[in-house]
Amino acid sequence: MKLKVNGSEYEIDADPDTPLLYVLRNDLALNGAKFGCGLGQCGACTVMVDGKAIFSCLTPMLVVEGKEITTVEGLGSIDNPGPLQRAFIEEQAAQCGYCIAGMIMRAQALLQKNPDASDAEVRAALEPNLCRCGTHMRILRAVRRAADLMRTAAHGSERRAP
Amino acid sequence: MTSALVTRRSVLAGTGALVVSFSSISRALTQTLDTGQREKPPLPGSLKENPFLDSWIRIEADGRITIFTGKAELGQGIKTALLQVAAEQLDVPLASLKLITADTSQTANEGFTAGSHSMQDSGTAILHAAAQARAILVVEAAKRLGVTEETLKTKSGAVIAADGRKLGYGELVSENFLHLEAQPQSPLKDPASFTVMGKSTPRVDIPAKVTGGAAYVQDMRLPGMVHARVVRPPSYSASLTNVDTAGAEKLPGVIKILRDGNFLAVVAEREFQAIKAMRALSAAAQWAQKPSLPKQSELPATVMALPSQDTAIIDRRQEGIVAAKKLEATCTRPYQAHGSIGPSCAVAVWNEESMTIWTHTQGVYPDRQAIAQMLRLPPEKVRCIHVEGSGCYGHNGADDAAADAALIARSLPGRPVRVQWMREQEHAWEPFGPAMVTKVSAALDEAGDIADWDYAVWSNTHSTRPGGAGSLLAAQHMAEPFALPAPKPIPQPEGGGDRNAIPLYHLPSARVMHHFLPAMPVRVSALRSLGAYMNVFSIESFMDELAEAAGRDPVEFRLKHLDDVRARDVVMLASERFGWDSFQRRLGRGCGFAFARYKNLAAYCAIAAEVEVERETGRARLVRAVAAVDSGQTVNPDGVINQVEGAILQSASWTLYESVGFDDTRITSIDWSTYPILRFDAVPASVDVHIIDRPGQPFLGTGETGQGPAAAAIANAVANATGKRFRDLPLTRQRIKNVIGV
Ligand code: FES
Ligand code: FES
Repeated sequence: MKLKVNGSEYEIDADPDTPLLYVLRNDLALNGAKFGCGLGQCGACTVMVDGKAIFSCLTPMLVVEGKEITTVEGLGSIDNPGPLQRAFIEEQAAQCGYCIAGMIMRAQALLQKNPDASDAEVRAALEPNLCRCGTHMRILRAVRRAADLMRTAAHGSERRAP
Repeated sequence: MTSALVTRRSVLAGTGALVVSFSSISRALTQTLDTGQREKPPLPGSLKENPFLDSWIRIEADGRITIFTGKAELGQGIKTALLQVAAEQLDVPLASLKLITADTSQTANEGFTAGSHSMQDSGTAILHAAAQARAILVVEAAKRLGVTEETLKTKSGAVIAADGRKLGYGELVSENFLHLEAQPQSPLKDPASFTVMGKSTPRVDIPAKVTGGAAYVQDMRLPGMVHARVVRPPSYSASLTNVDTAGAEKLPGVIKILRDGNFLAVVAEREFQAIKAMRALSAAAQWAQKPSLPKQSELPATVMALPSQDTAIIDRRQEGIVAAKKLEATCTRPYQAHGSIGPSCAVAVWNEESMTIWTHTQGVYPDRQAIAQMLRLPPEKVRCIHVEGSGCYGHNGADDAAADAALIARSLPGRPVRVQWMREQEHAWEPFGPAMVTKVSAALDEAGDIADWDYAVWSNTHSTRPGGAGSLLAAQHMAEPFALPAPKPIPQPEGGGDRNAIPLYHLPSARVMHHFLPAMPVRVSALRSLGAYMNVFSIESFMDELAEAAGRDPVEFRLKHLDDVRARDVVMLASERFGWDSFQRRLGRGCGFAFARYKNLAAYCAIAAEVEVERETGRARLVRAVAAVDSGQTVNPDGVINQVEGAILQSASWTLYESVGFDDTRITSIDWSTYPILRFDAVPASVDVHIIDRPGQPFLGTGETGQGPAAAAIANAVANATGKRFRDLPLTRQRIKNVIGV
């Protein structure tokens, strides 16, 4: 079966009912999506499929074949972090950090669709994701900061492109 | 060539001489304090148990410096704070330092990373070790350069002479250079000159965590690694009567099924194969169970009816007190869960008769001892290496998962085994924070001051941490099981169930009783702040009731009974920054205040909270919180703020929503729908944390200081908003609605 993850195609040899989470983590050695509950209750496993945030723990690999899958690794790297990653670093928005990749992916899906999301919309979008360390205030600030970063970047490139 | 030879020879010659010079420094240092033939004062922090400097710091000839700590990163930011301390006192750039954390083969034994002790124990040890190492380097450089020590400066990993000559630390060291016993006093830098300590420093672990770097034990992928899952019994009382393993054995990828008494596990090549096999095995297993749990609805009565060992932890009640008013209250707390977001996980490999375990345990040494006992191995044959997991907030399933991995790995020599618990296993099998009951009665005198105080707390132990194999689930479930060691109370001044049971307030007549309950119907252990959460909730709720009875403002009433200047400072700062005096209470909106000094010996914390209560539903929400914290010398201010923010939100979740559910046989709160916690819709509008820095003062642990004050501030705000007092945790919407509902 073929999966398209972070812009690259992969041939995966696993049972088609295997949840995407295990394929990402074990077959592709991507650490971003985390096992939290396997029940769709915590969001630690959140990734994007065709621009939508989904629970990878509940999504069998076969239903995402041919779709565009994005994990936190697809947003940037430690040396070149994407806007959300940068914002989370700048706001120091993590304690243990186990929930954070899921938070970032859900926020990415929101901001991609709605770059001007209000605070209330950010909260509503993040509702499925749990954080046990109580990092919520910083997570909200980081998402706000990322939205600003993305907007300035968008403006910047508009202005640069004559 | 010649200069290299000279350097090497003088380095070699240096070692012995150095000991002399160093002890002469420390003699000079101690002489100021010590005139007579008194005993040496104790070494600071964990140097007491691990006095050699090279247990903490090693400097290579190429200038590389490694810092060692027996404490573990739990998401509290300890790595960064310890590196700051080392960088500051050694005068080296933080980024150039390498840090090794808890590993039984490499680091000192610092027990558990718990109780807000890391900065006090390890931070203090590294502070002094680094300062002493720097002094030794200066002595060596002075000798080499033929100048006096006073003329030398240190900067960026080098000793610099007045004439500009410079010797890198690496050039100054020789083998076993820092293999010296630490001295009680250290030439610490003047806090006014700090450039790293006391400055907010970005956490070193965050970039990898937000970009998908390998950050957790869950992310380990060793060559040849296989995946295991445990089939845990359905309840504490269950024993495995029969299991037909044939079906599971035939499933794809299954390598092994392991049964040892009530311990049942499956190993497969791939993770999801292991999960499927676990499910098949679970369906095939037959268990005998019996009702063994108390009635949840009668939990407080059950707790109080358990046989108890009673200790008066203070007993200075006076006779003949004339009371103008008398008040009393009873508060209750249910069992509450750590509820780590990532279920516990460990990787173990059994190689050449030695076991190596990567674990997110809070105590690599105690865990090693327990696992070695379980496997009937000498401890030297077991190595425990800490790798981060998700936040644990105390004793969660980490040690048990490590034991599971070890037990399974021993049956598959040479193959690394990764075990991760399922969500329902973590929720059902972690050791919970114990259910507790407190009773308090007090008298006010004519002037409205507290004249008499009588307090009692009923609680199980707050630590069943390993040390012995009997603390580990796997060892309890084996065919030849180990029994849980008899629980013991944690003595004062830190205390367990009685942690913070003694108020810091000025009380002329007081008694505090600790009713320790050895029998544990439900598996319990350490949850962040132990009994302090409940005791501070109880005491600080009651302080508000007393203030009201005395006709006083709650903040003013607290100040009236507080002598400790640092306590008064946090109380005043929190109330000022909150705008306490100008707060406009209206129907459904209230404010509340609370204060405690964690363990009466760690960080001071005062919190003011604003709460909104919906009359129709009974739903209470924390709207705003303002905290003031004094952690002594602050190392990473943003780290402290992050911890206290987290403490407030987590405590709000405990206080408003959380209780472990069970029927007569089994735990029934086994996921996030049956054990709801705080979600984004209930997150406050703002949380502000203000630090009172105390440069040069000892580090005071901060990680747990917010739990109790946050709970009480919320409860007091709910009382303020509704006019009703709620003394049973959690303050669920149902409970509130039952009392105020329209
Ligand atoms: S792990 Fe997928 S929602 Fe929890
Ligand atoms: S940062 Fe630990 S769970 Fe969110």
